[in-house]
Amino acid sequence: MNFEWLGRQFDNIVFLLGWHVLLAVAPLILGLLIALPLGWWAHRSRRIYPLLVGVAGLLYTVPSLALFVLLPLVLGTKILDPLNIVAALTIYTVALLVRVVADALDSVPEDTVQAAKAMGYRGYQSLVKVELPVGVPVISAGLRVAAVSNVSLVSVAALLGIPQLGSLFTQGFQLRFLTPIIAGILLCVILALILDGLIILLNRWMTPWTPKVVAS
Amino acid sequence: MIKFENVTKAYPDGTVAVDGLNLEAPTGKLTILVGPSGCGKTTSLRMINRLIEPTSGTIYLDDKPTSGMDAALLRLRIGYVIQHAGLFPHRTIVDNVATMPVLLGESRQGARKKALELMERVGLPASFAKRYPWQLSGGQQQRVGVARALASDPAFMLMDEPFSAVDPVVRAQLQDEFLRLQREIGKTIIMVTHDIDEALKLGDQVAVMRVGGKLAQMATPSELLTAPADEFVADFVGRDRGYRSLGFANAAGTVTLTEEACVTLGTSAVEAQSKATGAWVLVVDGNRKPLGWAQPDLINGELKREHLNLSGTSASSSGTMRQLLDAALSSPSRRGVVVDSNGELIGTVTASDVVKAIEAEPHLETAR
Ligand SMILES: Nc1ncnc2c1ncn2[C@@H]1O[C@H](COP(=O)(O)OP(=O)(O)O)[C@@H](O)[C@H]1O
Ligand SMILES: [Mg+2]
Repeated sequence: MNFEWLGRQFDNIVFLLGWHVLLAVAPLILGLLIALPLGWWAHRSRRIYPLLVGVAGLLYTVPSLALFVLLPLVLGTKILDPLNIVAALTIYTVALLVRVVADALDSVPEDTVQAAKAMGYRGYQSLVKVELPVGVPVISAGLRVAAVSNVSLVSVAALLGIPQLGSLFTQGFQLRFLTPIIAGILLCVILALILDGLIILLNRWMTPWTPKVVAS
Repeated sequence: MIKFENVTKAYPDGTVAVDGLNLEAPTGKLTILVGPSGCGKTTSLRMINRLIEPTSGTIYLDDKPTSGMDAALLRLRIGYVIQHAGLFPHRTIVDNVATMPVLLGESRQGARKKALELMERVGLPASFAKRYPWQLSGGQQQRVGVARALASDPAFMLMDEPFSAVDPVVRAQLQDEFLRLQREIGKTIIMVTHDIDEALKLGDQVAVMRVGGKLAQMATPSELLTAPADEFVADFVGRDRGYRSLGFANAAGTVTLTEEACVTLGTSAVEAQSKATGAWVLVVDGNRKPLGWAQPDLINGELKREHLNLSGTSASSSGTMRQLLDAALSSPSRRGVVVDSNGELIGTVTASDVVKAIEAEPHLETAR
């Protein structure tokens, strides 16, 4: 580890970290917003579920680099535009979360759904006030997977020269210099852990009602 | 009033769950739907608040067909107690109970205040208000379910096996409390159960259904016991019908009581012996409330609490023939203790006194 180099590069590393956070988190939020209605649709219709979940699974198998390169052709953006990364990762997030949202809604006990209906909730009221809140733990679990996966997928964009922590890897390889590579890996891991922790905290805050597991 | 007119429900797979049901649940009364599992009770109940739509026929709420109503608004007028309580796991108990008032536009504070009152009414301590459903026992959850259904003070209540998920002791307790509550609130209720004893105990009238979703008989509990419409109903109502029907026969004024000499604790065995009829003497407290029976010739010195035989039940003079008969049969002296509404001794009866009264009046007036 060359700490002197790190000191000199500090501003640049913070700049890369900032981009990395943005490129990982924006698709997470966009993806969740898109996955909510799609997941609800899959949950509602037994015919749509296998279709949506199947297509989503297929999307997930498309290599990320291929998607990064293909998207500009579809979107009409420049190949170096960070929007490509946001769009690609949003697609991955949606692919992951459609099934998660559908399963979260499926996890709400039938008695609870029937009770909501019988109390006079209309469909959308029941969804917003009962089904989604009760599904939060399942959605959070899926969101954690998506967050960690996004943090690592963003790095691939380094190959296209879009600034984020992955740039430290390419830099290290070109200079045959280990320090930026180690710094990049450490920051990625720490970022992933922090995002994961934030989602756990958010989940805990939103679900004070879940049974506390007491260590025996 | 809730009225079924020729209501049929056939599920898409061809199962006919309810077949041409005609039924009327009068205002302010508790009507029970009872029948074996799968006979269409739940389906019938859920067609009332349109959780399930009938295939044909009409259901009326106070003479207005429900089919033309907005389903959500209809449900806001009807309290619903779901099987296994079906509480909202993400809401505190007080907010579970406050659900319908909030939906009806009441302020959260006002709704919570009302909810706390209702919790007290169904026997839930205020300390439960901030708890979540998983922190309550099955019986407590059922109480919350009842409170939640009552919170908007609906004129109608539907209850699907509300007491089935708890042990027999808690069930009996919940039933008694519910009967007391219904006497105060007088809602128009339809309750579903598969337990004929529960139906006979709680119902003002009972509709027995048979598999295939047909109504077998609609009658008062005592009529079901004394005049079952057919073999199915007779079978379903079960054994001991003759004896159980005595539970609905009013005893007031029909049985002649015999005066019973009695003693208090602390009386000498010699004096007790002089008051005894046969081997046994009745022991009462200072207010003539019966304590138990004693056999003076087995006692030396004073009559003490440990000498008492406590096996006998006591019957109220305004109670049922079944209570009187049981008092006589359970008493070690074979003389049943009868008390007034204050619990003070009036006299005793023998089993043959009761049987004579029953034989003298073939059509006993029912107790309710
Ligand atoms: N959604 C459904 N689809 C098909 N058949 C059903 C459905 N719900 C209930 N049934 C059938 O309808 C009959 C009556 O059911 P139900 O009303 O639940 O009976 P109960 O409450 O008396 O046990 C049963 O044979 C049951 O299997
Ligand atoms: Mg049922």
